[in-house]
Amino acid sequence: MASVRSNLRRIALLGGLAGLIMVSAAVKAGVDLPKLEHGKGEHCVEDTQYMRRHHMELLFHHRNETMHQGIRTTKYSLTQCVECHASSKTGSVAASKEDFCVACHDYAGVKLDCWDCHATKPMQRKTAPTAARPTPSPMLAGVSK
Amino acid sequence: MTDRQNQPDQSAQPEDQGRRSFLTAGALAAGTAVAPGVMLYGIAYGRPPEEPASAKIRWGMLIDTTKCATGCTDCVSACNTENGLSGKTGPQDSQWIRKVDLKDLRDGRVTSLPMMCQHCENPPCVDVCPTGASFKRADGIVLVDRHICIGCRYCMMACPYKARSLVHEHLTDQNPEVPRGIGCVESCTFCVQRVDRDETPACVEACNAAGHQAMLFGDLNDPLSAVARALKTQASEEVRADLNLNTGVRYQGI
Repeated sequence: MASVRSNLRRIALLGGLAGLIMVSAAVKAGVDLPKLEHGKGEHCVEDTQYMRRHHMELLFHHRNETMHQGIRTTKYSLTQCVECHASSKTGSVAASKEDFCVACHDYAGVKLDCWDCHATKPMQRKTAPTAARPTPSPMLAGVSK
Repeated sequence: MTDRQNQPDQSAQPEDQGRRSFLTAGALAAGTAVAPGVMLYGIAYGRPPEEPASAKIRWGMLIDTTKCATGCTDCVSACNTENGLSGKTGPQDSQWIRKVDLKDLRDGRVTSLPMMCQHCENPPCVDVCPTGASFKRADGIVLVDRHICIGCRYCMMACPYKARSLVHEHLTDQNPEVPRGIGCVESCTFCVQRVDRDETPACVEACNAAGHQAMLFGDLNDPLSAVARALKTQASEEVRADLNLNTGVRYQGI
């Protein structure tokens, strides 16, 4: 009788262990990292791991320079992020759950308010770049740079 | 108008005046040789994107109301298109530039003029801003940093020109170059994104395209710019000159 009981206890123990392993496997499967679409070009402006951790600092610094000093370099500009990372399906970085910005920010649970004001889609080129200035600026008339 | 307003600030003058006058003389000679009345001189303002806006420049505008046609709203529509405004004129809609018609009741003379942010040298909106969101850039353009703006609208009350608007509703599909969003105050930026790449504001371009040539944009500090030369030779006025704001936008014929 005692041996049957110990056998039963052993079976229950093993079953419990197997159950635990199955549950943890399921949890692991449920927290897959977001699958991001590869942006345009070979690589980002900085190393991917660096960008993951520090992109907000780069953007913060650049936005102040652009806003207050009129520095309009493209390397760390938000519009340049959108240019490269806009989704091929939605054409946006924040239109669906799979889009570049939203996918990660949803996963991390970090709210971002960039898109309250900034366009989530790249610039629509209306005319060819050469025809960008139909009327030459009067302050420049006749002067070559 | 006082002499001070007509003359550019001497302290902000570029240092190489001698060289510049020499170049002007040459350019003037070339200009008259090609076509009379066509401006063939000036200095190139294009600055590389990594260079900050310079305090040597002060952007300004001269509006000749005698050339501004009553009923023409080309400048307004160009502004709306460039900056992604709805074009509605209700009390809660953003208007960065609006046409104002004035009628002198004694003689019936009607004057039409565009009114927008006057880009004051001493802007009241900047004085009152509690967060520092409203600021004047080194080159004289008065802007709102929406990252800092809390939408208190104190600047709207301080502005004597009624130039600012608050965005009341959520917006989508903004122009990538002109971010706009709910809860922030906004106003004419002299199309800063265009000026930074060496173009004139959209309203000026539209006015010229329509053939009115009523708006002249340029550097008030550069004695060779078309706008500074016009200000030097022709009478012009500031709106509410009594407030001593030294506006960047001047008017003729009002």
